This record gives sequence, structure tokens and C-alpha cells, in this order.
Amino acid sequence: MINKPPADPNSDTGTSVGTMPDEEGEAQGPVARESLSPGKLAWRRFRRDRTGMLSLYIVLAFFLAALLAPVVSMLYGKNPYTQYGVNENLLNSFGYPLKPNGGISGQFWFGLEPPYGKDVFTELFYGMRTSIGIGVALTILIIITSVVLGLLAGYLGGWVDYVVMRVADLLMAFPQQLFFIAFIPVLSALFFSPRVQTPTWFRVTILIVVMWFLSWMAVARILRSAVLSMREREFVEAAKLSGASTWRIIRKEILPNMTTPIVVQGTLLLPTMVSAEAGLSFLGVGVQQPTPDWGRMFQTGAAVYQSDITYMVFPTVTMIVFVIAFNLLGDSVRDALDPKSAR
Amino acid sequence: MLRFLIRRALGALVVLILISAITYGLFWAVPRDPAMLSCGRDCTASALKIIHHNLGTDEPIYLQYWHYMVGIFAGRHFPVGNCPAPCLGYSFDESTPVWPIITGRLPVTISLAIGGSVVFLIVGVGLGMIAAARRGKLIDKVATTLSMFMYSMQIYFLGPIALAILVYGLHLFNNPAYVPFTENPWGWFVGLLIPWAVLATIFVGAYTRMTRSLLIEQFQEEHVKMARAKGMSTPFVFFRYAWRGALSMIITQFGMDFSSLLGGAIITEYTFSLQGLGAFSVEATDKSDLPSIMGIMLFGAALIVIFNAAIDACYAVIDPRVRLN
Repeated sequence: MINKPPADPNSDTGTSVGTMPDEEGEAQGPVARESLSPGKLAWRRFRRDRTGMLSLYIVLAFFLAALLAPVVSMLYGKNPYTQYGVNENLLNSFGYPLKPNGGISGQFWFGLEPPYGKDVFTELFYGMRTSIGIGVALTILIIITSVVLGLLAGYLGGWVDYVVMRVADLLMAFPQQLFFIAFIPVLSALFFSPRVQTPTWFRVTILIVVMWFLSWMAVARILRSAVLSMREREFVEAAKLSGASTWRIIRKEILPNMTTPIVVQGTLLLPTMVSAEAGLSFLGVGVQQPTPDWGRMFQTGAAVYQSDITYMVFPTVTMIVFVIAFNLLGDSVRDALDPKSAR
Repeated sequence: MLRFLIRRALGALVVLILISAITYGLFWAVPRDPAMLSCGRDCTASALKIIHHNLGTDEPIYLQYWHYMVGIFAGRHFPVGNCPAPCLGYSFDESTPVWPIITGRLPVTISLAIGGSVVFLIVGVGLGMIAAARRGKLIDKVATTLSMFMYSMQIYFLGPIALAILVYGLHLFNNPAYVPFTENPWGWFVGLLIPWAVLATIFVGAYTRMTRSLLIEQFQEEHVKMARAKGMSTPFVFFRYAWRGALSMIITQFGMDFSSLLGGAIITEYTFSLQGLGAFSVEATDKSDLPSIMGIMLFGAALIVIFNAAIDACYAVIDPRVRLN
């Protein structure tokens, strides 16, 4: 995701008024004295940050694992839907695996899930795929919404600003989680009778739309204040004086300078969205059976932890690693893009 | 101050009216029949009609909403029962008005929110202050690493794991349960200890990080540097200047977190099977008990709006630079 430096907005025009003016002492050695774009400088700083690089590799590994879930399933020879425990008589009468530790064996590496004996290993891969996929979609949607609204409100000001900000205030007064658990079933029932199985794509769409509706406000506010502070800067005034249109100023002067807050907010947002989605699935309003989901693995784990804690272990460890890696990456990205920020 | 309070109160009222209208509209204006849901599988036309009449859904939507809003202040009469003054609707699943259910569940949620907040404020803010004061030292690194770790935790796995270890593994505690404080203060305390600890852990990380970075930001302010330069003692500068500068942000965040906790710490209550507002909202959703959901939603929104206004009023006390107009 973040493995490519943000493009330098002004490298082709030769003017550098619009770029971050803090790179004097940062150049590395005599070679780097020649013109380096802020993006390249940030990338250099990031490369030297060992924690940042490590977390970047871990995050990329997670994305790869999510993308390659079908390949893993093929190589491993199992899928997350078949009820191996029932089919092959590997469960006792309570639905738990006969072997200890959740039925971990050479055949089922992470064990079998009660009560039907689904394969935990492939379920984890497919579950991460669902949750990370939804998280990525939400992050992209929220960032786009916030950029558009932040630009409109911050740059145009006046009544546009007033309306956007009041709407944001209004939506922020909604009890967020309650809204999610109340409206996802209502909206699902609106299109599909509760008596038939809702198609997965539809459930996922509903989940994304409802979560998006109440999650963009904080980011939009941050981006708006970034635009507000930029609107008064000299390079924008200069562009205005030389007759540039509003659209051109937004596109060529302001948007390129928003890269830092956008990237930083995006990296902070994604783990939050993934764990929020998992939380909803944990409560039973997220992605439904039989589609594998990270959050629903916690639900199963929490239902049976008194007898066997094993089912809690794999989703927990992977999620902790994912969220920590992403948060560390977010910190490193911010340090690299904005070296002046105190941390 | 008075003018500010009146203006804020009016603004809060407008927000609440809008929220109730939106929620009401989304629930009842959708081309779907809420009566169908409470009617069950073998639903006859006449039964449906009776339910419609009982729900009041045989009227046009704006009239329904109007009756709902009037009911909050004046109470309402339903064919199935009476709904006295703060009438947030009548739950047909529970066969009682919604308001008594909410007030009945509230002590659990309040206990959870207050206990958890005390823990995470003391530990989180304290740890952040220590880390900022000893920036770069070993204790700072420990605090930063720890806070990053806790920041990445989720209640839905930390809760079951804590229960598995402390309750079912080591048998140090009984399963968390709510005992009213007035009946048995010690039982109340012990019963909620694990939920508080788990809830607080999630927030401690965020508060440590926030306090630390706010204080470090404050140390770079000119007036703080100036105070140091003219020879004021480090603790004095720390508490008198830097801390006061950081306080307003911490209080803003706390106000937001606390009001959302009061609206129901849904995942926490669900994980520990505590019968608070959050657990009630999950039950109501499961049963499609729309009046109850509507009531909790409005109640939660009111809490958020009131707390936000209260915190804005607090600003003037904490930070004399803020003017209330």
C-alpha cells in the first residue's frame, strides 16, 4: 500500500512553492544534494526506520495472505466450508474434536472448529480476506468522501462549509455502534425477507454502506482544517492572482499538499475499520454464515472458550500482530512524511 | 455564560430533533412493514391490522412521529397499555414502555462506564505524563511499547481470554456479575473488576499515547520554554503550564468516550453477559423490537449531545483563552 512514495506535485514545473519546505538539513550526503522530491526524501527517511520497514513487510504479508487465500486453500487441500469433523467422524457427541487442543494434527494444522469441524487454518485465511477486504473498501470510501467534503468545506467556506460541518456534527451525535447493529439488520430485511438467506455480496455491501455513513466525519474534519491552513498560504494566493480557476487551484495546488494527512489518516483508519467490522461480526450483525470472517472466529472462540481456549488463539494472535504492525507503520509513515511532528 | 448555555441547549435540542426524525424515518418510513415482524409466521390480515393499530402505524408517518415526540413530554396511551411521561415508545415484545427498561438497565452501564473510566484515566493519563516527563528514558520506552500493545487490543478477544485465565484457569474470581452498589458495595466492586480492567485496557493505550504527545507538544510551546528559561522548577512548569495546555484536549476526548460508554458499551456487556443498555440493544435488535431500539438510540444521542455541551462549558473554566461566544 504505502510502498511507493507520494508523487511530487511540482517536479515538472520547477516551482517548489507547493512542497514541504523543510528539507534543507535532511539531504543525505553530497549525492542527495541534487534535487530530490519530497516524496523521495520521505521514502529515504522511511527506509532508515527499521521498525517502519519491518511493519511494512508484516502488513504486506497480511495483504498477500488475504489475496492468496484461495491459493493457500488449494495447496493445503482443504476449504473453509466443508464440515470435515462431521464427514470424517472426528468429533465427539458435543461437537468438539476428539483430539486435544482443538483437534490440531498433521492433517488439520490449526484444528477443527466446533460444532461442525470446519478447518480453522483455511477459515483464518478466508476470514482475514473478508475482514481486510471490507476494511480496505471502507478506508478508500471514507478517504474519498473526506477529501471531497474537506476540500469543498475548507476551500469554498461560507454556507458550504457551514452545511458540511453541521451535517458532520449531527452524524457525530449518533451512537455509532448502536446505529450499526440496529440498521444493518433493518436494511438487510428491507431487500430480502428475513426468512431467506441474504446473499453475501449484499450483506457486505450493506455493512460497508452503513459503516461508511457514520465513519467519515473525523477524517473529514482533519482534512478540512488542513485545507483551511493551506488556503491562506502564499502559493495559493499566487495561483489565485495569476488567474487560476478554483478547480485548478484545488487540483494542482492544494490536493498535492494533502498527501501527508491523507496517507497518515488512511493508515490510522484501516486497522480501526478492520477491527470494527470484526466487532460487528462478533456481535452477529456482520458477515453471516457460511462466509468465513475474522470477527466470527472470535464469536466461535468466545462461545467455547470455557472448554477449549485454542479457538481464541489463532484469530487473536493474528489480529494483534496485524493491528500493531499497522499502527507502527502509521507512526513511521507520519515520521517520514512530516519529520517536524513531535513524537 | 448564561447566553452560551441557552444557545448550546437550543442547538442540542435541534440536533436531537433531527436525530430522532432521521432514526424514526429510517425505521418506519422504509417500504417494509414493522408490524409484519412482530406478527410472526402465521400472520392473518386481521391480526396484522390489530398490530398496526396497536403500534400506531395505521396513521401517516408524520403524524406518527408527531405523536412520538409529544409522547416524550406528555406521555401516551396505547391500546395495550399506558406509557407515562418520558415515553420513548412501547415495547411490544416486553409489554412495557421503553423508558422503565432503559432506567432499569442503566445502573449496570453507569457502573461499568464510571469504573472503567476511573481506571483508564488514572493509569492512561498517568502513564502518559510519566512517559512525557522522562522522554527517551527507559520508562518512556516501556510505556510507549506497552501503550502500543494495549492500543491494539480488542475487547472481544481480551475479555474471553481474561475470563479463561482468571476465572476458569486460576479460579481467582467468580464470573463477572452485576450486584447493585446499594445492596453490596464489595460484591459490586469484585463483580465488575474484570470488565473494568478489560474495558480500561483498550482505552489506556490511546490515553497514554495522547497524553504523552500532547505534553511533548506543550513542552515546545514558547511560554513553557520561557517558564523554564527563567528558572521555574520542572514540576511547577509541568503542572502549571504544560499540563494545563494538554488538559482541554484530554477532557474533550474523555467526554466523547464517556458519553459513548454510557450509551452502552455493547461489546463489553455482550462479552461479559452484563445486562446493561448495550446488551439490551443487542437483544432488541435480535428480536427486531423497533420501539426499544429507537428509544435507546435517542437516549444515547441525548447523552452524547449533553456531554458535548457540558464539555464546551468546561473549557472556559480550564482554559481562560477560550471565550464562550
